[in-house]
Amino acid sequence: MANESSASQSSPSESPRVEALRAKIALELPNVDFVLGYGRGFDPLHATPVTVRTEKDLSRLIFDPTCVQNLATSLYGLRGKRLGVVVKGCDSRSVIQLLQERLWERENLVIFGLPCEGVLDLAKLRATLDIASVRSASFTGSPRDGLLRLNLSGEGGERVRDIETKGLLADKCLRCQHPNPLVYDHMIGPEVEPQGREDEYADLHALEKLSTQERFDFWKRQMSRCIRCYACRNACPLCVCKHVCLADSREPHWLSAEATLQEKWLFQVMHALHLAGRCTECGECQRSCPMGIPILLLKRMMNRELKELFNYQAGVSLDAVPPLHTFLMEEDRIKDRGLLW
Amino acid sequence: MPDMDRDYRIIGFLCNWCSYGGADAAGVARFSQPTELRIIRVPCSGRVDPMFVAKALLSGADGVLVSGCHPRDCHYTEGNLYARRRLELLRRFLPIIGVDEGRFEYVWVSASEGSRWRDMVTKFTEKIHALGPMPRMAEAARTLCTLEGMLGVSSAQPDMWHADAAGKPPAQRPGQNALLSMDDYKEVMDGE
Repeated sequence: MANESSASQSSPSESPRVEALRAKIALELPNVDFVLGYGRGFDPLHATPVTVRTEKDLSRLIFDPTCVQNLATSLYGLRGKRLGVVVKGCDSRSVIQLLQERLWERENLVIFGLPCEGVLDLAKLRATLDIASVRSASFTGSPRDGLLRLNLSGEGGERVRDIETKGLLADKCLRCQHPNPLVYDHMIGPEVEPQGREDEYADLHALEKLSTQERFDFWKRQMSRCIRCYACRNACPLCVCKHVCLADSREPHWLSAEATLQEKWLFQVMHALHLAGRCTECGECQRSCPMGIPILLLKRMMNRELKELFNYQAGVSLDAVPPLHTFLMEEDRIKDRGLLW
Repeated sequence: MPDMDRDYRIIGFLCNWCSYGGADAAGVARFSQPTELRIIRVPCSGRVDPMFVAKALLSGADGVLVSGCHPRDCHYTEGNLYARRRLELLRRFLPIIGVDEGRFEYVWVSASEGSRWRDMVTKFTEKIHALGPMPRMAEAARTLCTLEGMLGVSSAQPDMWHADAAGKPPAQRPGQNALLSMDDYKEVMDGE
């Protein structure tokens, strides 16, 4: 892992903030089994989750805009342990949701919160250059208006290319309202101002402009690419019934193992329905999809309606009551269907 | 025009304590009703998992009707109040996957309301007839939809457009940003 390229590119990430993170983690190491953090992945543009068990591992820790993963995803499978976890603002919402649903105990979790100004969406970079040719990468300035300097190798030898990071940020970062972790034990670095735009659901509006038949065909086309790898389910921090998931269950038999469009589609609808009132739109499902299916749209639709119906947003408050776990005798926003027609 | 000649598949989930009795009352009173509704009796409208509805619709049902007790009249005190929230959310969710919102409806009918039940079934059946059959999975995509980059690069098909090794963006072809371009369309047609 510690090859030359990662050493050369990590110079700005040896920032005071990463040093502070290492110091805080070193302080907490005796109190936890291990700490989940980010390390350099297989190339300079990829981060990977690493476990920090001893002080020796601290040098592997990094934090920069390539740290896209939501480490809260690993938490549920590790319950029963006493863990530390490094979270960005968006990831902290998944942690809140896990705590709110009593899927983890707060006292067994040490949260290292990192205010975050945005992470890269590699798909956006991939559209402009072949990312396999990147030999090293470094970031200057804030991701919101800074530069990404890439050393590229190609036929004409090494080249340097500067790209504005602004255009490479993930969509969720452009509408981010919670850049600072909402739950933490140690906050590393100064808090940042939320600068995300108000979410106008432009993507949903675009889809809604189509006719019903066109929308049906759109999803038919998208779902036909699905290979049923379940990466979306496995990457979801809140899909916690992994071993008893209805998609694998024979009793009840919701889905068969056939690779038909119907089964694939029903699985995605099921994923959206089971996340109603829980999904924090971390976007891991869509990011992990190897076939590039825009499945986050389904969850965003659900979240928009939840917000409109119940004025509820998941993962922002530890003691909020999930809207589908309660009811009002007289619902303000629901028309009485019984008298409708 | 609603075509009343064709038979449609409509599924009804009826609460045992109210609507099922209401449907029975409508039968006892010898009301004439459409015959396309297949009734599934459930202990309470709160038993209706939104997945029941989704599975029915994606498996070829043309419409789904859920009927339970009026709010405050639930045999189990509050089952239909939870159901109301879930079903309303589902009703608002369905249009995004291309299912017309008219294909799913939930209503409240009590055991004594036989004539009201008849009205509900008649109206719902007429509505489904007006909408026509649910699009079938097996048929080739009928329309070509062009979103022209409205969803942006990454929320559309992140890994589908790669730059080549020289860093040149993928060659422009007509409708490249369209989520369903002409080539894709042919592929769908050939594939099915």
